[in-house]
Amino acid sequence: MDKRVFDAVILGGGGSGLRAALQLADSGFKVAVVSKVFPTRSHTVSAQGGITAALGNVTEDNWHWHMFDTVKGSDYLGDQDAIEFMCREAASAVYELEHMGLPFSRLDNGKIYQRAFGGQSQNFGGEQAVRTCACADRTGHALLHTLYQRNIAARTQFFDEYYALDLVRDAEGYCLGLTAMSIETGEPILIEARATLLATGGAGRVFWNTSNAMINTGDGLGMVLRAGLPLEDMEFWQFHPTGIAGVGSLITEGVRGEGGYLVNSRGERFMERYAPHARDLASRDVVSRAIATEIHEGRGCGPHADHVLLKLEHLGEQVIAERLPGIRELSIRFAGVDPVNGPIPVAPTAHYMMGGIPTNLNGQVVAPARYGPEEPVPGLYAVGECACVSVHGANRLGGNSLLDLVVFGRAAGRHMIEYLTENPYPRELPDAAVQFGLKRLARWSETRGDETVDGITRELRRLMQKHCGVYRKRAVLEEGLGELAGLQERAGKITLGDQSRVFNTARIEALELENLLLVARATIVSALAREESRGAHSREDFPQRDDDRWLKHTLYHLENDQLDTKPVRLKPLTVDSFKPMARSY
Amino acid sequence: MVKGEGCEADRLRRLRWRCRRGLLELDLWLARFADNGLETLSDEERGNFEALLEEADADLLAWLEGRMPAPEDHAHMLGLIRTVG
Repeated sequence: MDKRVFDAVILGGGGSGLRAALQLADSGFKVAVVSKVFPTRSHTVSAQGGITAALGNVTEDNWHWHMFDTVKGSDYLGDQDAIEFMCREAASAVYELEHMGLPFSRLDNGKIYQRAFGGQSQNFGGEQAVRTCACADRTGHALLHTLYQRNIAARTQFFDEYYALDLVRDAEGYCLGLTAMSIETGEPILIEARATLLATGGAGRVFWNTSNAMINTGDGLGMVLRAGLPLEDMEFWQFHPTGIAGVGSLITEGVRGEGGYLVNSRGERFMERYAPHARDLASRDVVSRAIATEIHEGRGCGPHADHVLLKLEHLGEQVIAERLPGIRELSIRFAGVDPVNGPIPVAPTAHYMMGGIPTNLNGQVVAPARYGPEEPVPGLYAVGECACVSVHGANRLGGNSLLDLVVFGRAAGRHMIEYLTENPYPRELPDAAVQFGLKRLARWSETRGDETVDGITRELRRLMQKHCGVYRKRAVLEEGLGELAGLQERAGKITLGDQSRVFNTARIEALELENLLLVARATIVSALAREESRGAHSREDFPQRDDDRWLKHTLYHLENDQLDTKPVRLKPLTVDSFKPMARSY
Repeated sequence: MVKGEGCEADRLRRLRWRCRRGLLELDLWLARFADNGLETLSDEERGNFEALLEEADADLLAWLEGRMPAPEDHAHMLGLIRTVG
């Protein structure tokens, strides 16, 4: 097998991976970035809104107010030391991007343009703040392209179209790199490095309805679980109430703002029952739960009774054409319905994963060990959506995800430099650890049964939507866990029809499915354990937030589905702690 | 297998993988086209499609959705994707 040696290997070519890679490459370290698609096609491009930093260019602002909003937005589950760190570093991270050449939009006075997002306040819950820095409607795209060009200049080495198999760790727990395969040739490769960073992004493809691109399959999460390490807060997934059913393309709230309304299979305007005053304009979580409840209670539409309908016809063609042209186009294209003539099928849609690989604020992966619940795993780091540092807690605020990428990408890069300096020599590679991922790959060449990747993947995504989406209660979750066990067993009987080596996407999809199955398991077990409702996790049978029992993080281990908890870090770095209050806006 | 056939199949599979993008809507546009229109492309058109896939996600989607005028070089291929997809 081909073997390559680097100081550091970064898995994932999105914003966080490229920011960390740049830190290392600029300091003269030999860095590899491994990515299953070309880095500029990472999901970071979907972040169109912007990057939040209290620059105060439009309204008076400071990082401490941003910190308050983020803690409150997280429903007090976010770690306050990490949130303070992120909000304090935000301005310098944004100015640094500006100096790298990111073409931010400008105000008339030449300063960086900022826009207002929900959940942003001045003076700890006062007037609306204007805090999100934007580059027109393509901030994520601009960020990614800027970082990519800088990495090319800094001679970061890219392994484009390589799919990672597993981490390589020794008996003392040091991470020594990873195994991967070239998608083009099908050949495995060992990438040895003294430091490894996971930046593999989200895993929204585990749900039937998701706004996530097809690449978001939680590959880093599967690798971490198989390596015997835990995942944190996997019950927390942010849902948008109205994505096109079975497609995931988001239909903005603006449609309901213009007078569009939701109906169930009986033609009832059901929002009247859930929010008598605000009705279809109630907040996202209320609308999501209402739709999920209608579907759960059998009033969904379509052959699977798995969605409701968003009606716009009454607005008339002229209004629709003038005010909602983009939505009309989306609906015709992806739902096959012109909203002038018929309703759009919609359902709650998974958008962002708050949980992930537990890290500290240096991006070091941490896990319970002999001396405490948060011991760093030597040589292993994680940043971005795949990581849980935890700045988003139970609910992420818009504009904070790009910030998370660059602040913690940079912090992880800095710490990796320290680590590499302190650990200048390679450690011995245990052969069994190298073989682990290769054996998993080889199994997909065997004939095992008549199940298919596509079939199991479809069932998995439907199962997650139904049993662990927005509507959650014990009996429903337990039934889902039972069905998942059945699916996992059947996944062992998949035979790949295509056994060619070159660009065998069927094999990649099979490997992705293995990761999705683990993400699903972690999500359901964690959602079952958390007997409260907080942020994005809402339990019908435990409708209140329960700070006495649940002001803590969950930690899911693959072995025996073990579920541990660890305390929320309520003590910030320098300022006073924000005590949990009711979260109302 | 005849060598030429292998290369042809490999080339199609490579194109299919490169339809995986950072934006869901783009995935959907391109996957649908890959399923329905890829195999009937002429050699020249396939080259055009390869070139189109080299473009940035944000531009590609804006052209497909008609939010931005597309470069002349890509007009034919974008038109095909819009019809077939």
